[in-house]
Amino acid sequence: MKSKVYPSIDGALDGLHDGMSIMSGGFGLSGNAEACIEAIARRGVKGLTIISNNCGNQGQGLAVLLKNRQVRKVVCSFIGGNPDLAEQYLAGEIEVELCPQGTFAERIRAGGAGIGGFFTPTGAGTTVAEGKESRVIDGRLHVFEKPLRADLAIVRAAVGDHFGNLRFYRTSRNFNPLMAMAGHVTVAEVDRLVPTGALDPDDVHLPGLFVQRIVHVPEHKNVIEFRTTRSEATHAEAKKA
Amino acid sequence: MSWSRDDMVKRAAQEIADGQVVNLGIGLPTEVANFIPDGVDVVLHSENGLLGMGPFPLDSEVDAQLINAGKQTVTALPGASVFDSSLSFAMIRGGHVDLAILGGLEVACNGDLANWTVPGKLIAGMGGAMDLAAGARRVVVLQSHASKDGKSKLVSALTLPPTARGCVARVITELGVFDVAGDCFRCVERAPGIDDAAIARSTGAPVRF
Repeated sequence: MKSKVYPSIDGALDGLHDGMSIMSGGFGLSGNAEACIEAIARRGVKGLTIISNNCGNQGQGLAVLLKNRQVRKVVCSFIGGNPDLAEQYLAGEIEVELCPQGTFAERIRAGGAGIGGFFTPTGAGTTVAEGKESRVIDGRLHVFEKPLRADLAIVRAAVGDHFGNLRFYRTSRNFNPLMAMAGHVTVAEVDRLVPTGALDPDDVHLPGLFVQRIVHVPEHKNVIEFRTTRSEATHAEAKKA
Repeated sequence: MSWSRDDMVKRAAQEIADGQVVNLGIGLPTEVANFIPDGVDVVLHSENGLLGMGPFPLDSEVDAQLINAGKQTVTALPGASVFDSSLSFAMIRGGHVDLAILGGLEVACNGDLANWTVPGKLIAGMGGAMDLAAGARRVVVLQSHASKDGKSKLVSALTLPPTARGCVARVITELGVFDVAGDCFRCVERAPGIDDAAIARSTGAPVRF
């Protein structure tokens, strides 16, 4: 199998241009392709359409692209905790397409799976259904949702081999495998790069054909948005109360 | 005496039956996890991709890549699984999650729920709220009886943009427990010292007792 490994992020992002659509994996700041985002910020491409559940948070992650005024449109499910996005949205400087999170995930999956859309009960009879086809299926109102694809998908995985087979870690998986399927070009930054064959076929979360370029990025910030902990004592107390 | 926040959360925890898969919404509903009665075995689902969610970690256990839908650090219990967002919402939409306990801004007596936006005020996005409301097998709303400006949050018809239609089974507020009954609410439990007249006065829809 031909190696898809690139020695640098900038090499892997070759072809980056103004006005392109970019899918970016991650839920909040967890499981973000941090090195790719940083490189896109540095390269300064503008007029981007960003498809990502939160488009950064608390001024970090993709929010850096917002601060740099590199983004024209965002497709996402949640903008709470993202003051940069809220501010530009309210000022009418940026277009925001809000999409229920499950519908968002399924639209991306559909894009990568070659499905022309689907009917879902989520959002039926709400503002989400405005301008879309609604249909009663088995007695229940459904709304038609179209697939999502992107020029570029940037994803993060815990382990990758040279063919692009990926494994994810804990809740950092989120949208990453779906977006990898839906990008015309998918760049995966992996914490650990292993030789092809090192991953058992049964242990591959995402088959390598969905990934075009791989970069080894051993260090990630892994920002925690809300560090919540318990002490043995308080937990016992809460249980008793 | 109306119920305190903790009383409301404890009452909501009693909605959980042994063996159920449950999703707890962000905010007050998250606290329900602290009051699950002894002997009730519950599997918590977090829509960012975790089934079998455990309590907050000890300081030594904190893992930045193990979080809940509120982006708080959590733990995974023995038997837990992690998965992508599409599969996570297939669990919800496909009716595999038995119960969702969600926050609310308004509930109508026909079961319509509004809990994601207030035009001109709150722009947060719906996140997973619409999928949970439309998809969970049973939806219980945990909310205050009235808004901060004194308007009842239990109404005949929504005034706020809906999250999902006809999805709510039960509402728990500081005044009691109310089931949706089509053209009215049915009061199934009162907080101690709260009488029918007080409830009727505070509710923006007919109440049957």
